[in-house]
Amino acid sequence: METLITILAGVLVTVATYLILSKSLIRVILGTAILSHAAHLLIMSMGSGLKNGSVPILDEGIGPPVDALPQALILTSIVISFAVTALSLVLAYRTYQETGTDKLDELRGIKHE
Amino acid sequence: MKINNVILQTVAKIVAFIILTLAVYLFLSGHNSPGGGFIGGLVLASALVLLFVVYDIEKVKNAIPVDFKKLAAFGAFLSVGTGFGSLLFGAPFLSQSFAYFDLPFFGKTELTTVTIFEAGVALVVVGVVVTIILSISEDV
Amino acid sequence: MNNILVMPMVIPVMVGILLIFLRPYIKAQRWISFSTMIVNAGIAVYLLNRIQTEGVLRLDFGGWEPPFGILFVADSFSIILVLTTSIVTAICLLYAFSSVGKEHENMFFYSFINFLIAGINGSFLTGDLFNLYVCFEIMLLASYVLVALGGKKRQLSESIKYVVINIVSSWIFLIAIAYLYGTVGTLNLAHLSERIAESGQTPLLTVISIVFLTVFALKSGLLLYFWLPGSYSVPSTAVAALFGALLTKVGIYAMIRVFTLLFYHEQSITHTLIGILAGLTLIGGSIGAVAYKDIRQIIAYNVVIAVGFILVGLAVATPIAMEGSIYYLIHDMIVKALLFLLAGTMITVTGEYRIDYMSGLIRNYPLFGWIFFIVMLSLAGVPPLSGFIGKVLVGHGAIEAGSYILLALAFISSIFVLYSLLRVFLNSFWGETIISKEDKVPMKNGWLIPCVLLTIGTIVLGLGAEPLAVYVEDAANTLMNPQIYIDAVLKD
Repeated sequence: METLITILAGVLVTVATYLILSKSLIRVILGTAILSHAAHLLIMSMGSGLKNGSVPILDEGIGPPVDALPQALILTSIVISFAVTALSLVLAYRTYQETGTDKLDELRGIKHE
Repeated sequence: MKINNVILQTVAKIVAFIILTLAVYLFLSGHNSPGGGFIGGLVLASALVLLFVVYDIEKVKNAIPVDFKKLAAFGAFLSVGTGFGSLLFGAPFLSQSFAYFDLPFFGKTELTTVTIFEAGVALVVVGVVVTIILSISEDV
Repeated sequence: MNNILVMPMVIPVMVGILLIFLRPYIKAQRWISFSTMIVNAGIAVYLLNRIQTEGVLRLDFGGWEPPFGILFVADSFSIILVLTTSIVTAICLLYAFSSVGKEHENMFFYSFINFLIAGINGSFLTGDLFNLYVCFEIMLLASYVLVALGGKKRQLSESIKYVVINIVSSWIFLIAIAYLYGTVGTLNLAHLSERIAESGQTPLLTVISIVFLTVFALKSGLLLYFWLPGSYSVPSTAVAALFGALLTKVGIYAMIRVFTLLFYHEQSITHTLIGILAGLTLIGGSIGAVAYKDIRQIIAYNVVIAVGFILVGLAVATPIAMEGSIYYLIHDMIVKALLFLLAGTMITVTGEYRIDYMSGLIRNYPLFGWIFFIVMLSLAGVPPLSGFIGKVLVGHGAIEAGSYILLALAFISSIFVLYSLLRVFLNSFWGETIISKEDKVPMKNGWLIPCVLLTIGTIVLGLGAEPLAVYVEDAANTLMNPQIYIDAVLKD
């Protein structure tokens, strides 16, 4: 299971790298969002492993739970990446409104007006 | 832009209530089982976003006359404020406590201070999500 | 109960939120933010004195004992930085009052300044690696907004670069945290330090430490400073001053903390690498500082040189060099804020960016010119001013450790700093004045007073190095002996 998740994380990093290196601003932002998800999967496969205990929820008749800390980290990190993605989307939209383009190479060399 | 989509509007009226109920359920179950303020807030926001999509933004804004920016700020204030609450009792910052009460209708109920914190989180999420959606969609 | 420890972070958060409700009342927003910073400074002074008698303080959030919960830890080093941050921010706010303009102040400007300070203070105070990441993100989110606030084309295009660079570096931070957690199984700084010391710093841990080094190098501009001159030249003057004074310093703080508390066992690898990077930063920064004629670029590269200089102290890692780094860190926060304010004011009064288009400013604004002169001397390290003591101590440490190359680079870079600023001074302040009496923009008191205050700051810091020495020595001592920190956190 860990191997599978690790490979998946690798695939996500590949996809994200491709997107970040493209010229369209919106793709770059999507790339950063996917990049953060790759990191979340990595955190999940770190720690004490994926299936070494039951769900970390207080309930009757279940054994020792898995390490819940990675999940807490991921939740926090998801919230942060949600905020960052939202902000960069708004920023990209503003840039599009101001400059009329979302191509990064056309944004180059804008001097102060 | 005038939209006239009877099926969508009729379904949305019902579905919005189902989503809102789910949001409340997720919010309240969040203390000991999956759920919580963040997820509850997101679901609640999704109901609002659905209404914004189906009806005119103006119409929904008139029906729900809330400044969502201020709602988010109020939620953040509430969340951080609960941290200060523990200062009054001489406990470390962000301490929480819970107790069981016998309430009419509900019977023996667990009341926690975390719920206030979670309510703040939910308000922040609703406020922020709706603000983002509105600010991107408003000036097309 | 040490609840007061959390105040430098939580008060700005609360105030920032409150100011959202006070949107139409700009006067109230100004003075509430200003008094918040003053209150923070007061709290920092109180804590600093308490630490001297009671040792390192800690606050466990929600009563969760370390290493299980998250916590704030205050030692002299972090509190000194909190204190300097509060003072510098208060003064930059004074400058912002008369320079930002109502239409931007209205757009939650002061709220975001408060959030920025909350993130910075949180980063200084936290005792948990993941919490450090969160505080970094709070700080960065606020800084994204502040860079873009104003919405000019150039601001937007620079802010996109800044945002993407920082998202990627935050991602590397997250990866490093994941690997470290997978290897050691904890994220509490003191607990990490203890476990790494127990198992010895294995090659795997050293590799992880290099990942951390990459992250903090990106954030602080250590060699990876390619984003810095662009992003620091677009925001309004007061914001640029805050960025130049504070943001890179948070990266430096994190680097010093991580490499003195966690990864200090393999100094021949990690600290040598930091030394090489610092040397290259000094060279690159020096070249940048003399290569440009745009004054904003010149001062941005001066920030880069200072980053290199402070980390020479970390690379050398002797107690004296560490003291020097701390002194220089405080000095640099004050002087860089001043330098950015001066440059911004120069641009405002002349309307020019290039130094060869400005001339004879000292005839129009004599006091302003002399302040620039003092800053130049202070940055070059001329004795009664604040840069001197830091440079001497770092140099002393470098000689002790026998790193003569770093020593030479550090002092040659000082000459470059002096040269680059002297060039600005000769070009812009001397010579025939180009501003006629009619066109002269009157120097507002709101611009001059913050500059005077910061100049007094650098003079006082230079003359008052003796009373400050107690605190700096304690800070360096705690940094060089991780056991003090560990005992304070893990033992009751």
